[in-house]
Amino acid sequence: MARLDSAEQFSKSIIPILDRTRTVAKLGYNRWLVPPAALCVHLCIGQAYAFSVFNLPMTKLQGITESAPGDWKLTELGWIFSIAMVFLGLSAAIFGRWVEEGGPRKAMFTAGVLWASGFFVSALGVKFHNIWLIYFGYGFLGGCALGIGYISPVSTLIKWFPDRPGMATGMAIMGFGGGAMIASPLSVWLMARFASDTDVGVLNTFITLGCVYFLFMMVGATLVRVPAKDWKPDGYVAPAQPKKLITTNSVHVYDAIKTPQFWLVWVVLCANTTAGIGVLGQASAMSQEMFPGVITPVAAAGLVGLMSIFNMGGRFCWATVSDFIGRKNTYFTFFILGICLYITVPFAAGVGNVPLFVFCFLIIVSMYGGGFSTVPAYLKDLFGVRYVGAIHGFVLTAWSAAGIFGPVLINYIREYNINHGIAQAQAYNVTMYIMAGLLALGFVCNLLIKAVDKRYHLKAEASGGAELAAAAE
Amino acid sequence: MSDTIVRTPAWKVAAAWVFVGIPLLMGIFQTLLNAMKLFQ
Repeated sequence: MARLDSAEQFSKSIIPILDRTRTVAKLGYNRWLVPPAALCVHLCIGQAYAFSVFNLPMTKLQGITESAPGDWKLTELGWIFSIAMVFLGLSAAIFGRWVEEGGPRKAMFTAGVLWASGFFVSALGVKFHNIWLIYFGYGFLGGCALGIGYISPVSTLIKWFPDRPGMATGMAIMGFGGGAMIASPLSVWLMARFASDTDVGVLNTFITLGCVYFLFMMVGATLVRVPAKDWKPDGYVAPAQPKKLITTNSVHVYDAIKTPQFWLVWVVLCANTTAGIGVLGQASAMSQEMFPGVITPVAAAGLVGLMSIFNMGGRFCWATVSDFIGRKNTYFTFFILGICLYITVPFAAGVGNVPLFVFCFLIIVSMYGGGFSTVPAYLKDLFGVRYVGAIHGFVLTAWSAAGIFGPVLINYIREYNINHGIAQAQAYNVTMYIMAGLLALGFVCNLLIKAVDKRYHLKAEASGGAELAAAAE
Repeated sequence: MSDTIVRTPAWKVAAAWVFVGIPLLMGIFQTLLNAMKLFQ
């Protein structure tokens, strides 16, 4: 009952309109309004992937045309993104339960305020040329907005689309991949508009982006609704005999992290993400070095662009496929196909087959995106709907870990190989085989995932009560 | 909770999708333009 009391406390907020009770949908509400609401948030926070467009201009804040002695170095600026990614994982884990019990509107509003504040504080950092203000603004505040915003619509979408949970979360998480595609040209355009002989335009761009993103995210917070208790889509009948991996019960977030299934899913996501992130982050340099003189820097930039489209498309397509073939089979596909593709990459480079190389990279990156969008539905299958957002928050720490492992594996092994006399074109071959090995580990962990033991399920009364407190209708 | 059924107007759903769809499609278009460099 203690959990129920805290859930009731969570459902009350300082601003009543943000309360979960105020977001329960009335009869006749169209559930297709919820995916755009989720996209309003994910398209904004997806800007994080495009933050690198500010790196070069921020090395010339004082020198304007070229870096002055007092200007920041790229190495100092690289920390901004890293700090934001660390706080993404931490805040998703720490605030996951608060997001779940406070409701999506409160979470989206909080994410919007933090995201905009992050830009405004960073603008102050640019004005006073204080890097610590940017670390605090974009890194800490922005990172917390990323974590809270990322998980905010997940369980709501799953509740609205019990017939297609993968597709529903895929739509939202696709937005995170698409956000960079909007932010990158928009930021470049804004900086060009605001640039002058005495200003590179970063300060005003930060302020403008902060305002635009805040308004956009508030539209999402206004649109979002949670379904009434026992609501079902017209004509939907829950399967009488659920598949053996899928539970109709719920597991409390703090019990979920005690189960082997949670950690197996964690490793599955970490392996899939590490393999993908290493390739995604280094694609430009890797393609040019594996095909010297064939793939030019301009063509490599084109490849990176194409990869970002496949990253986004994979998020929607693979998650939708998972509704038909099941989550476990979807991850089996990622791992088996991924192993084949990673082994094919050195072969393609060896025979100089650029189309085969590009094909491998595009499918790999689509599965990287698919891994993110399929995991919420996988968690819902294993642990039930009630705390899926909070459990998802904890699992996202695998992303933070992969953000360190992936690039480190690629860069250090390449450097080691080159230092030991291996030609630049073959320097990535060992890394590709290591990535394939990592996917084999993911395959084994996925194989070991079984249904969660019944002793972890919430008791019927507590579960029902918690649902009642959460839905509060 | 009221039992009155107030159906969400179709234009509202369409407007919400247009609101998020336009920037997303513009972003995809820009990215595709850049990606074309791979085939030049």
